[in-house]
Amino acid sequence: MADTAHHYDETMPLEYRTEESRLNILGFWIFLGAEVALFATLFATYLVLFQRTGHGPTTADLFEIKDVMIETLLLLTSSFTCGLAVFEMRRRRLTGLLVWLLVTLLLGAGFITFEVREFIHYVHEGATIQTSAFLSSFFVLVGTHGAHVSLGIGWMTLIIIQLLQRGFTPRTARKVFIVSLYWHFLDVVWIFIFTLVYLTGMVM
Amino acid sequence: MGANHHHETFPWKHIVGFILSLVLTFAALWIAFSSGLATKAILVGIVVLAVLQAVLQLFMFMHVTESDSGKIQTINMAYSFFIAIVVVAGSIWTMAFVL
Amino acid sequence: MKWSEFFVTGEPLIYAADVSIVLTMIGIVFVLTYFKKWKWLWNEWLTTVDHKKIGVMYIISAVLMLFRGGVDALLMRAQLTAPNMKFLDSQHYNEIFTTHGTIMILFMAMPFIIGLMNIVVPLQIGARDVAYPYLNAISFWLFFVGAMLFNIAFVIGGSPDAGWTAYFPLAGNEFSPGVGNNYYAVALQISGIGTLMTGINFLVTILKMRAPGMTLMRMPMFTWTILITCVLIIFAFPVLTVALALMTFDRLFDTQFFTMANGGMSMLWANLFWIWGHPEVYIVILPSFGIFSEVVSTFARKRLFGYKAMVYSIVGIAFLSFIVWVHHFFTMGAGAAVNSFFSITTMAIAVPTGVKIFNWLFTLRKGRIRFTTAMLWSLAFIPNFVIGGVTGVMLAMAAADYQYHNSYFLIAHFHYVLIAGTVFACFAGLHYWYPKMFGHILNERLGKWTFWLFMIGFNICFFPMYFLGLMGMTRRMYTYSAGLGWTPLNVVASVGAALMGIGFIVLCYNIYYSARYGERDMTGDPWDGRTLEWATSSPVAHYNFAVIPEVKDLDAYWEMKKSGKGFEIDEEKLKPIHMPSNSGRPFLISIAFFFAGFGLVFKWFTLAIIAAVFIILGLILRSFDDDDGYYISVDEIKRTERLTGKGA
Ligand code: HEM
Ligand SMILES: [Cu+2]
Repeated sequence: MADTAHHYDETMPLEYRTEESRLNILGFWIFLGAEVALFATLFATYLVLFQRTGHGPTTADLFEIKDVMIETLLLLTSSFTCGLAVFEMRRRRLTGLLVWLLVTLLLGAGFITFEVREFIHYVHEGATIQTSAFLSSFFVLVGTHGAHVSLGIGWMTLIIIQLLQRGFTPRTARKVFIVSLYWHFLDVVWIFIFTLVYLTGMVM
Repeated sequence: MGANHHHETFPWKHIVGFILSLVLTFAALWIAFSSGLATKAILVGIVVLAVLQAVLQLFMFMHVTESDSGKIQTINMAYSFFIAIVVVAGSIWTMAFVL
Repeated sequence: MKWSEFFVTGEPLIYAADVSIVLTMIGIVFVLTYFKKWKWLWNEWLTTVDHKKIGVMYIISAVLMLFRGGVDALLMRAQLTAPNMKFLDSQHYNEIFTTHGTIMILFMAMPFIIGLMNIVVPLQIGARDVAYPYLNAISFWLFFVGAMLFNIAFVIGGSPDAGWTAYFPLAGNEFSPGVGNNYYAVALQISGIGTLMTGINFLVTILKMRAPGMTLMRMPMFTWTILITCVLIIFAFPVLTVALALMTFDRLFDTQFFTMANGGMSMLWANLFWIWGHPEVYIVILPSFGIFSEVVSTFARKRLFGYKAMVYSIVGIAFLSFIVWVHHFFTMGAGAAVNSFFSITTMAIAVPTGVKIFNWLFTLRKGRIRFTTAMLWSLAFIPNFVIGGVTGVMLAMAAADYQYHNSYFLIAHFHYVLIAGTVFACFAGLHYWYPKMFGHILNERLGKWTFWLFMIGFNICFFPMYFLGLMGMTRRMYTYSAGLGWTPLNVVASVGAALMGIGFIVLCYNIYYSARYGERDMTGDPWDGRTLEWATSSPVAHYNFAVIPEVKDLDAYWEMKKSGKGFEIDEEKLKPIHMPSNSGRPFLISIAFFFAGFGLVFKWFTLAIIAAVFIILGLILRSFDDDDGYYISVDEIKRTERLTGKGA
């Protein structure tokens, strides 16, 4: 194969040690590229439709900056703690890794809780996914991100279980690294939701 | 390469990254609500800040240039941004005629 | 829901189809049981992760779909042969052109190409498998169940009928209340996910698993085209995923994306569809260019002329094909600035496309040409495709397109590029690489019969359509009146279609005939090939290469042969080979996808949720799976190599 193991002496991070791991990590990066295209399409849809509110409420009627900021800070912090988890992993500290993963998970769960509350609140105000093109595209864009975060929580849980069972192996290390990429990526997507959906919706 | 991570004992890079992302977030907030700029200028400002923060995450947290596939990873991300801009700006532009 | 609604009733053609489906199923079960082949089917095929077998399954499915789509086509031609025909009513006609288009592009052309790339790409780059063999199996099975889901629509629940482009508002609940368009949304979604995975898989495979010495600029042209095709897949398919998801939401949950009220925007669907749709046509044409390049250079016995120019033009297409999509709806009214911009980019993309024509022509120049079947397809491709391309540029002029749009002129254009491009390439590739798949050569005499029948039939069928279009005949009309003067050309077109049908039958007979009497390929290199796949035995050993070849130049195998020795295997250097284990999980997960999809189509959400639980379970099991594959011992490798005559 093009590059054999000898490029990677023992000093390399554990997650890059095997050929399989290196392929998987690269593959996941490519997948993230596809995810960018996916979210871009959802953003495009939202931005084309968000002023088409029909008889329903407008962005200015609905959004409240306080809730949004709480969600944003939760997710931003979780991205940071997720980075710390990988940092601990590279220092080979299993407990540190587990603790930071757990914190990340909890912050993620907090984010989801607030988001669900926000959605329920909207529905109570009569703003449902069926009300208008704006709300359809809002719920689907933000909901797709939320679904990704929820999936990430489930996935991270599986990896924590495997870490507890097996400790550090090239395989578990690679999984932690990949889930961390996923998690940071979701934060990137949220930054754009924060900017293009909420802030834009409130200033326009 | 990631090798040097072994020698670090304190996550400086992450902390700096985190603080920067907080700063950028609150800067966007300020521009949006307190700067008094025209709407267009606000939009440009906050989008620029968002892009900056995305780049920050990519480099400081995700280490996009890391490993011997770093080049591929970077090109991949750059190309995906190109596609994103095409899809978003292109759709807005071509659909602008619809009332 | 009543049973009489669940099953499609009231059409003699449908009843005939019902009967033949049931008979075929009974026949398959009987044959498998009688010859005790169930275990073989499971072990060798359903659970395989071998890229070559997966490729073969793709191609078999594609040929089946070609049959289905072809029958649709012949039914349409039968209806249009004479004015005021009563053979099909308008509803039935709508359903048939919808399934024809969808099946031909997504379930015939794509899988045929993906099948060939599965078989050939790892061999061409000197690899033992793809980057993610397990994922590859998932890709195939997702495509397969997607295709099956789409195909049962016409007997269970009713076919989609809003065209392969499924424009809103026609495709919305208001105008298409049945389940037909749910099938469209869900089945394409499932197989589309499979395609996306394939894109990632092969991109990583090509970037990371090439034999030592094979730099990017020493890659065979087919591999290059696949590389760029993967890029197109990776960035275009997510757009389709979203568009279909929004369609599904509109149809199942009454959202307002593409509706006519509450702010919905039906034209946004067309926009999203074509952002995917135009790259998609390049996804099926680029690999075809790759196939023709391989075939032309092999049978002209020359290195491909202007290799670098070819590479750059392909890379250029990766950019340009994403910024031309509006040419599919110039007439929607986006205004002069938008139309002009996309008109210009569209004409620009004809440039890199045109460059390649010269590459092939100059490769042929002074070559010692052998007129094999594969070569005939490639030679015929050049002028026919040029006709399609030139008329494409005519369509690209926005102002002129107001005349051509949605007329038979357009129909003729895209069949000239899709058939003379993609279909000819699939046939060329099939004949060319057949020995690699099955160990014997497809009969050349029958192959040439297919070629002449199909190629001539194709021109007789589609050339008149340019003129029908100019005479005012629009696409998707199910009948016309006698006074319009369209009858003679329609009769001619139908004759051509019949010839193509006969050509296809000859091809099928050829597959059967060659399996029984075909010439066995003992050398592994029947065409005096130039690239690494010809350095393996035919059919290829499970592990592809006993030792990984070293590449010193473009046309690696040709250089090895020229230096005197060919590809020699030094038995001393053999090492145990690591291979991935088979797994039944991809197949089973995909079955769950089928039921989830079926549940969504009929809004049976309990079924969909139960199936989704099974899918998640499959993913969790995979996550805890520790299977590291197995090793093939040196002894076994030696035995295999001696048997095939390549070793020692
Ligand atoms: C020389 C480069 C090409 C140019 C300039 C070109 C241009 C166009 C234009 C302007 C249209 C829209 C016409 C209309 O709707 O009025 C069109 C339609 C189409 N083209 Fe091309 N084309 C080119 C190559 C191809 C290739 C290589 C393929 C596929 C292999 C292809 C497949 C199609 C299909 C399927 C449609 C019609 C889809 C539909 O409306 O159902 N084209 N082309
Ligand atoms: Cu196009």
